[in-house]
Amino acid sequence: MRASTGRRTSPHQATADSAAGPAVGRAPLRLLLPALLGLGLLAFPLLSLLARTPWTTMPARLVEPKVLDALWLSLLTSTIAMGLCLVLGLPLAWVLARLSFPGRSFLRGLVTVPLVLPPVVAGVALLTAFGRNGVLGGPLREVGISIPFTTTAVVIAHTFVALPFFVISVEGALRATNQDYDVVAATLGADRWTIFRRVTLPLAFPGIVAGMVLGWARSLGEFGATITFAGNFPGTTQTMPLYVYEALQSDPDAALVLSVILLLVSILVLALLRERWLYSAVR
Amino acid sequence: MSPRRPARRVPAALLLLVAGCGGGTTGEGSSTLTVLAASSLSETFGALEDIYEEERTAVDVRISYDSSATLAGQAVEGAPADVLATADEVTMRTATDGGVTATEPEPFATNTLVLVVPAGNPAGIETFADLENDDISYVTCAESAPCGVLAKTLLDANQIEAAPKSFEVDVKAVLTKVELDEADAGLVYETDAVASGERSETIEIPKAAEGITSYLIVTLKQSEDPSLAQEWVDLVLSEKGQRILGEAGFGSPP
Repeated sequence: MRASTGRRTSPHQATADSAAGPAVGRAPLRLLLPALLGLGLLAFPLLSLLARTPWTTMPARLVEPKVLDALWLSLLTSTIAMGLCLVLGLPLAWVLARLSFPGRSFLRGLVTVPLVLPPVVAGVALLTAFGRNGVLGGPLREVGISIPFTTTAVVIAHTFVALPFFVISVEGALRATNQDYDVVAATLGADRWTIFRRVTLPLAFPGIVAGMVLGWARSLGEFGATITFAGNFPGTTQTMPLYVYEALQSDPDAALVLSVILLLVSILVLALLRERWLYSAVR
Repeated sequence: MSPRRPARRVPAALLLLVAGCGGGTTGEGSSTLTVLAASSLSETFGALEDIYEEERTAVDVRISYDSSATLAGQAVEGAPADVLATADEVTMRTATDGGVTATEPEPFATNTLVLVVPAGNPAGIETFADLENDDISYVTCAESAPCGVLAKTLLDANQIEAAPKSFEVDVKAVLTKVELDEADAGLVYETDAVASGERSETIEIPKAAEGITSYLIVTLKQSEDPSLAQEWVDLVLSEKGQRILGEAGFGSPP
């Protein structure tokens, strides 16, 4: 990538330059047309959802205890899951990006498997591991710990599905940062831990934040693994997506309003994050 | 020049994809009968499917099993289906109110709830009242599903105040949690307990008669071949159909 631009610019600046320059000519229709179609495919269902939402009932829904419980639980578990992603995923991404050892590509493949796994299958996998008769859950049960049907189970399910997103995007960010700086720091006498903290981390920071946002969003929308592994009980395991699904069966209008609430809350959080973190990080 | 050629193929591939998405529902030659059925019917309707296809070799029967509420909602949204069979009257009303039913819904079976425990009864549950015990974890359907409404009725009738550990989205999910021994007990239909066989044990629920649900079946307006749809309904109501339902643990319609 560096060779093609010939300058040390961040990927963001490079794309901005080429999009603005009139020298490269007009955008070709064969790119614009599919781009518009793709945008439509994404935006149209969301706009339809907004159009069919009975907005007048929204204030009343927002103060319903069941809705508040589900919303709070969703935000709480997703945020804890994001924290776990950071603590576990950042070192994992670093290992994949910076160390070379036999079996690394196999390990990277392993990390991506949950990405293609249907979430319900992920839930079954979690049951076989942490369920009351699971490989690890069985011994835990002996000492009186049962994970299914608890908020802990929700967090585990969320982390399981969000971690690959986080690791993949952070590994990409770590690879994109110039390793020469690491080498220079090492020649100046810094050990690897210091290099990680003082050089690698700051350089990859925007990518890490992006990974966290991605993981958080994935975890906020998690449904299949949660309902299979953690069950569905208001206040302890019923997150917003589960509540929306339940409402859809009895009261589709309520489900629409709940979906929009979830949508608005997540947009709000992402916008705040963007303001506070992303911009300052990129600058 | 040559690098341009692949680019030109992209829109063509896109068009193919779009065309592929549009078609597919219309069969060529043989016809398809699509049945939307409550998940508790999966064993019996599976057996009826074999009988039907034996008699009408040109027809391919496809059955979609889900919670009655989901299916009724799909029917109202215009799902391409011929017959709808729900596990209670409330969810059937969604379809009749939605104006997608072609005939009057007919009751074809009844069902009631039992308590199932994992094989070997590891938690040592003896009666329904044991659910009150704090150490016992049990699961039921969510109240959006017919089995959840029944469960609530029977729990109230027996003055059980302990809450379930989870409200599962349909009755099969409840059974799975019990069969896997993730829950000590669960409230499922008698027919599910029969189908579960040795993977679970059954405990009768007192006052079960207060929670009997009626299964209803109806042909849908969007059916492309109403006579085939009616034949399915007739088969379910026939002596043969009723015998299969009875063997699976269903009660006779009122």
